[in-house]
Amino acid sequence: MRDDSRMGRNPPPIEPETSVAQSADSGPDTRVTPLRGEGLSLARGGRRLLDCIDIELYGRGVLAVLGPNGAGKSLLLRVLAGLIAPDSGSVLWAGCAPDRARATRLGFVFQKPVLLRRSVLANVEYALASLPRNLSRSGRRQRAFEALEMADLGALARSPARVLSGGEQQRLAIARALSLRPELLLLDEPTANLDPAQTQHIESLLIEARNRGTGIVLISHDREQARRLADEVLFLHGGSVDERTPAGEFFRSPKSAAARAYLDGRLVL
Amino acid sequence: MQDFTAAFAEAFRLLATLDAELLEIVGLSLQVSLSAVLLAALVGLPLGALLAVSRFPGRGAVTVLLNALMGLPPVVVGLLVYLALSRSGPLGVLGLLYTPTAMVIAQSILVTPIIAALVRQTVADLHAEYDEQLRVLGVGPARQIGTLLWDARYSLLTAMLAGFGRAIAEVGAVIIVGGNIDHVTRVMTTAIALETSKGDLALALGLGLILVGIAVLVNAMVMGLRATAARAAYA
Repeated sequence: MRDDSRMGRNPPPIEPETSVAQSADSGPDTRVTPLRGEGLSLARGGRRLLDCIDIELYGRGVLAVLGPNGAGKSLLLRVLAGLIAPDSGSVLWAGCAPDRARATRLGFVFQKPVLLRRSVLANVEYALASLPRNLSRSGRRQRAFEALEMADLGALARSPARVLSGGEQQRLAIARALSLRPELLLLDEPTANLDPAQTQHIESLLIEARNRGTGIVLISHDREQARRLADEVLFLHGGSVDERTPAGEFFRSPKSAAARAYLDGRLVL
Repeated sequence: MQDFTAAFAEAFRLLATLDAELLEIVGLSLQVSLSAVLLAALVGLPLGALLAVSRFPGRGAVTVLLNALMGLPPVVVGLLVYLALSRSGPLGVLGLLYTPTAMVIAQSILVTPIIAALVRQTVADLHAEYDEQLRVLGVGPARQIGTLLWDARYSLLTAMLAGFGRAIAEVGAVIIVGGNIDHVTRVMTTAIALETSKGDLALALGLGLILVGIAVLVNAMVMGLRATAARAAYA
């Protein structure tokens, strides 16, 4: 059960066909799915790791990607982010093939944060310099500070990023990604190695981002975390999508046998 | 034994009194080797970085060749530069043979593969760590290389110090293309070789002590850089 009151939010309904590309007062319908994968397949060493996956990701809500180890969750996210080319199928960012100019419309946070050998502030400013629309130096600084304040890292802005604790480093990675104001934020087990307090801190950050209109796609092995955060669940098993269901329904009565076994804590083969 | 003691005493006297001839030789040595390292860095840094991040057919072979060139025999480099700069050579018209410039060219050829190979390894390691993050930020190849070089700056300085160590200590190349001409192309290593053959051990020992001192200083600087990098969490 999601604890919405604790998170201080009122989850909007999922509207799969609506994209943030469409503004509230826009005239003609310009709906574009921010991220779409069609027929994605990938095999390595004779093993089929992704098996003809069709997926659409929208610029709102929290989609939890669940599944046992080796289900293809991280791989799917990397393919969708344009980091790995699929053997077959295509990835479309806002209807177009992935290209560098559009990269900042997606945020990506890795399980182990990759921080540049620079200060906390410089890490965020570096990301902001990647925006296609050039911000002035002072604009970048202001926006970087805003992102750091949001992640409670303002006081550490001048510290070398790599001396931060694990939780702080992950918060910095999220703040850096969110500073770009992406349509979608993809996270690969961002709290896997963190203590409960840091995990809660990061969950609050994600909820705040979601409430500001960023779509969140979260890989997690923590079923309770998925219950707390997710509006929708995508369950992967053996490289294919077993089901994609609203979170409440998934946790009440999952459709697939593999998902039931997964939720019961049984070994999923 | 008596001779050695006297030679050491004379060597220390030359050092203590800052002998003009000794200082001239040391000054030219530093000038030639620092210029060679600078030149080698201008080529080696981008070459190493490019090899680390780019993918093209034959990249592995180029890397093997570059690593092999780290062990280039100085006399062979000296001979090749001599052939190129000699009057009948392709660059003979420049009249560079037996000048400090020829020595800089020879040393930079020796040092470039060292700097490029060390930079390639350093940048490749950092690239493996940064690659996905930079790609999700939409960073293009030129900015990627700039980022990697900047973030690896402490290690790159170490590579340049290694190159300087090689340049300042080599004798085979500079003696062929420089000719060891007094007050023109005489550097520490060639002077030591000459003075030893003449039996003037004092000047040779004095220069030898300075050379060893420079080697110690370079290593101390490398250690200092590593410690600074670790302290600042840039390692």
